[in-house]
This record gives sequence, structure tokens and C-alpha cells, in this order.
Amino acid sequence: MKKFLLKGIFNDKGRSLLPIIVVATGTMVTVLLYSWITGIMGESIEMSSNMNTGDLKVMTRLYAEDYEQLPNDLAILNADALIAELKEMEPSVEWVKRIRFGALADFPDSLGETRGQGPVAGWAIDMLTTGTKEPHRFNLEGSVIQGSLPKSPGQCLLSEDLAKKFSIGPGDSFTLFGTTMEGGFSFRNFTVSGTVRFGAAGLDRGAVIIDISDAQSAFGMESAAGEILGYLPDTWYDDDVALSIKDKFNQKYSGDTDGFAPVMMTLKEQSGMADMVEYTNYISGLMVFIFVAAMSIVLWNGGLLGGLRRYTEFGVRLALGEDKGHIYKTLLYEALMIGTIGSILGTIIGVLIVLYLNVHGVNLSGMMKNSTLLLPSIFRPAITSTIYYIGFIPGIFSMILGNGIAGLGIYKRETARLFNELEV
Amino acid sequence: MDNELIVKLENVTKRFPAGKTEFTALSNINLTFGKGEFAGLVGPSGSGKTTLLNIIGSLDTPTEGKAIVLGKTINSLSHKEAAALRNYGIGFIFQTYNLLPVYSVYDNVEFALLLQTMGSTQRKKAVMEALDWVGLADRASSKPSTLSGGECQRVAIARAMVKRPQLVLADEPSANLDSNNSHNIVQTMKRLNKELNTTFIFSTHDQKVMQYLERVIYLKDGKVERDETGGNNHAGI
Repeated sequence: MKKFLLKGIFNDKGRSLLPIIVVATGTMVTVLLYSWITGIMGESIEMSSNMNTGDLKVMTRLYAEDYEQLPNDLAILNADALIAELKEMEPSVEWVKRIRFGALADFPDSLGETRGQGPVAGWAIDMLTTGTKEPHRFNLEGSVIQGSLPKSPGQCLLSEDLAKKFSIGPGDSFTLFGTTMEGGFSFRNFTVSGTVRFGAAGLDRGAVIIDISDAQSAFGMESAAGEILGYLPDTWYDDDVALSIKDKFNQKYSGDTDGFAPVMMTLKEQSGMADMVEYTNYISGLMVFIFVAAMSIVLWNGGLLGGLRRYTEFGVRLALGEDKGHIYKTLLYEALMIGTIGSILGTIIGVLIVLYLNVHGVNLSGMMKNSTLLLPSIFRPAITSTIYYIGFIPGIFSMILGNGIAGLGIYKRETARLFNELEV
Repeated sequence: MDNELIVKLENVTKRFPAGKTEFTALSNINLTFGKGEFAGLVGPSGSGKTTLLNIIGSLDTPTEGKAIVLGKTINSLSHKEAAALRNYGIGFIFQTYNLLPVYSVYDNVEFALLLQTMGSTQRKKAVMEALDWVGLADRASSKPSTLSGGECQRVAIARAMVKRPQLVLADEPSANLDSNNSHNIVQTMKRLNKELNTTFIFSTHDQKVMQYLERVIYLKDGKVERDETGGNNHAGI
């Protein structure tokens, strides 16, 4: 019977072509949207992790209460000792010091007088220690537009947009005005070694990147760090692993009532990242639901039309001794086969498009000009194992649902009228 | 003809709702058909021929009376039991052939056997034998659209006969055929009737068919008007 049904599907284009096109299209769009959303969210999460949150972040309790304000006066005082302790506890995690700061950049003219001033968002990272992974984490080499990476203390990187705005380039100097850890006024001259563009509008407007030792010196934070970030060995953030490390660490300090005692947070707990991760899952689920519903309605109608077109066939089958339940089952079986064929086709096409877009990317920098979010400008759909099967959910389910509803009409057919119906 | 009873109708009455009243399609029909009979139901339109075929074919049930077909009481069969009775015991031949256009001749004939539990080798043998009976073994792979009307009806006969049913019901089988084809078709059925001892019951008003019938039952207004046995003298209807 299966062979018989397959022959029907392949011989009868009216039975299979439209449903296969609908299912393949829906499957393809599902694969594309899923990988697109996952890609955007994944890259955003990855970017946030690399530049801002880490997979884990250690701060003092008081700093953590207001960590988005970057309160460096509440920084970790003996950061190196804490890093040593963290390394002992979790040797597989890479622990790095960071100081984030807001400051005012003063750009001088040839006489040393102020030519222009502008606020900058500062990152102090380890750029000068041999073997440091921090420049790679920020993709500094790939982001350099002019000049080169800092090679010695006192050098820094400026965002290309900021440098252009103040007509400053590699070799030029400027003064950074900020506050010390004690709340005092501080200023330090820096030489621009290069300019960078990250492809993230929030960063490219006014970022300055200096070495952590310069920041410690400039802001009176010797041996201190605003934050210690931890990076898990896996490429992708794993919330379960991060949570277990966090719980273990925080448990250790649970009895310490000092406001400067360290506390650990996971990526998901910071800066609305939980919402972003949840949102990704929610959007994926919603998308599958929408496609199941929309395609089911189309395929239901297709099934009704097919039922009308195959009215005689069903009548003959009833007369020949096939019972209604069996006919209904064969309709569902046909739907399963057509849904599978359409889903395979749609998945192949969708994955091919995803592969192409993943290599070439889609540049949306024009749309991100005014964004304050830490988002990449070039988006790429994500290639995950899910894209190979997610399209099958709406593809097969909608086909079976649509045909299942349409096929119920078979139960209303009166066999007593078969002779009359079949001889029209 | 054997004495074995294939169909027994006792006081069969069938009424259909017609607005607020009822229309009586069959009234107190008492008939029996034995094994190997080649009989016809004859009568004008509305006389109850098709309704009677429906009941004998387990497609409908009598409102009153009792219909026993192949030992099963039609009145008490569930849909599934009625389907099984048709599947194993009754073949149908329609006026408009009703072959499945997307399948080959072979597939159309084979379909009747797919509903039964039969191995593929045995099934293939049965299908080719049935096509051989109707002289279409060489057209097994053809699509119905490439066949003439007469050939289509012969495929329909093969489809009805392939499962070797004890009873074949044919509703106006020659109505869409020309004179030559009508004769051929009825001769084919007559031959199968003799060779396989299958009971054939026709609904017809075609003279060409009637001249081959061994028994003709005249229906009028849902009642049996005459029941003539003897054959080949049934003109003038």
C-alpha cells in the first residue's frame, strides 16, 4: 500500500506539487529565520561576552549593586591575588582583569591648546603581556583601520569615527581626563598607535582602548581592577557550567559580610542578557508556531481542494471495500510523505542559503548608526545542528494537521450514495 | 447454477426522507440469488434498481426487512464489517468505469488486492491473470487515459474479478459503450460467470445486455413486477 501511495504522489502532480512547494517554502523560511535570529543573538551575546560581560564576572558586592555605572571606587583591590585564587578553583577558565571607565578626551592643536573635547567610553585590557588573548577577544587586529596595536605603555587605540571627528591619527597625542579610585581628578597623556572600527555602532562612536597597567596607573588603581572576567573553554556560552562555577564561588564567600567581598555573576545575569537568551528561545518557538499555523491553514485548504478533486477516487475505494478509517490513515500517511519530501527540499535550500550568508554576511551598519546596543554591524546566520531539523517541525506537522482536518470529510461520506455519485 | 444462496432478501423495504414525508424506494422485496446466477434488475428510472444494488452491495441498509448477502445480515453490519464484506466478497462495476487516472492499468487492478493480506508474488500473478481474462495483459503498464471506453470497462471488470468475489454487482455497465463494445463486455462477463461460477447481478435497461441475462427481474415503483428466468427473451422493456 505504501508503494501504491508513493506512486500516487509522484504521478499526481495536483496531489503533491502545491503541498510540497508550500512545505518546502515554509521549511526554508523557518531554517533561514531560525539561523538568522540565532546568528544575530549569538553574535550579540558573543560580542557582549568578549567585550563586556565575560562568561562569568567577579566584582565586589558594592560594585555589583551598581555595576552598569562602572563604579571604580568600589573596585577589587587585590585583583592578582583573587585571580590566583580563581585559577586554583577553576583552572580551565581564563580569568582576566578589566577596568571600564568613562572619561573626557582632550585633543590639542599644534600649540598644545585644546582643539576639541569629547566623552569617551574606555576599556582597559591586557594588551601588552606576552601571550594575552585579550586583543584577539576584541578582534583588535582585524579592526585596525590605521596604524597598529599598542606596543608599549602610554599608547592606545581610538575608534576610527572618533579619530576622524577630531582629525587625529596614529602618532598624535591627547589627554584623558578621568577620576581616580579615591574620587580625585586624574589626567594622563596617551599616544594614538592606531584607530579601530569594531562594526558595532555603540563602540565605534567613541571608544578608547588602553592597556590595563596604564589604567591602573592613571586612575590610582595599582593592583586593583574594576572587574575580573572569566571565559569558559568552550566557544559557546554554557549557562549550566557558568552557574555551577558561580554557585561554588559565591558559596565560598557567603559568610563574608564585607561590601568589598567578591561576588560572581554569570553572563545571563548581566545587562539583560537573560532576556536576550530567553528572547532567542521565545522567538524561535514563536516562529515555529506561526509557520505551523500559517502553513496548516494553507495545507488545510489544499487538502480540501484535493479532497474534492479526489472525490471519485475515495468513492471507488469505499466501494471496493476500503473502510473510512483506512482511507483517513492513508491520507495522513500521504501527508507524512509529502511533508517529509517538502521538508527535506526546504531544509536543503534553506541550509544552502544559510551557508552562503554565513560566508558573506549581511552588512547592516547603515541601519545601526544610532544604536547604543553592543551589536555587530555585519550579521551572519548561525550554523547549528538545529537548522538541519527545525524545519521538519512545521513542515511535517502542518501537512499532517492540514490534511488531518481536511480529511475528516471522508467520515461524512455516505456509502449509500456511491453509485449515484460515481456515475455522474 | 448451484443451490447455494448468495443473496436473500426478505421483505426488504427502503424509505428515504423527502422533506417532511418519506419516499419509498423499495417495498417488500423478496428475492434470492444463487451461486453462479447471471441476473439483471430492469426497470425505468426511479424503479429502485440502484437502491437494491446498494443494499445487496452492503453500501446501504434496508429500512425494514432483512438482507442476507454471502451469509452476512446487511442490517446489522458495522461500517467496517460492511467494508470487509465488499473487500472480500463483492466486486463492483460502474457505468463510468471509475478507474484511478494517475495509476496504471496494473495498479488499478492490483488496488483491490492491496486491501487484502496477499503476498506480492501471489498478487502479481492474480493481477496478470485477471488482465488476461479481459484480454489486456499487454496494456498493464498503460494509463487509463490511453485506453478506449471498452478497454476501460474491461479493466474495471478485471478489477472487480481479481479478488475472485462470489458476487459482482454491475450498474449499467454498457451505458457508455457502443454496440460492439457492449457485446464484448457482456460476453466477457458471461464467460467469467461460467468459468469462475461468479454470481452477476446487473442493473440495466440495455437490450444488448438483457439478451445475455438468464434471469430478469422487472422492477416498477420499488416493487418486483416480474421475475423471469429462461434468458434471451427479454426484449420490449
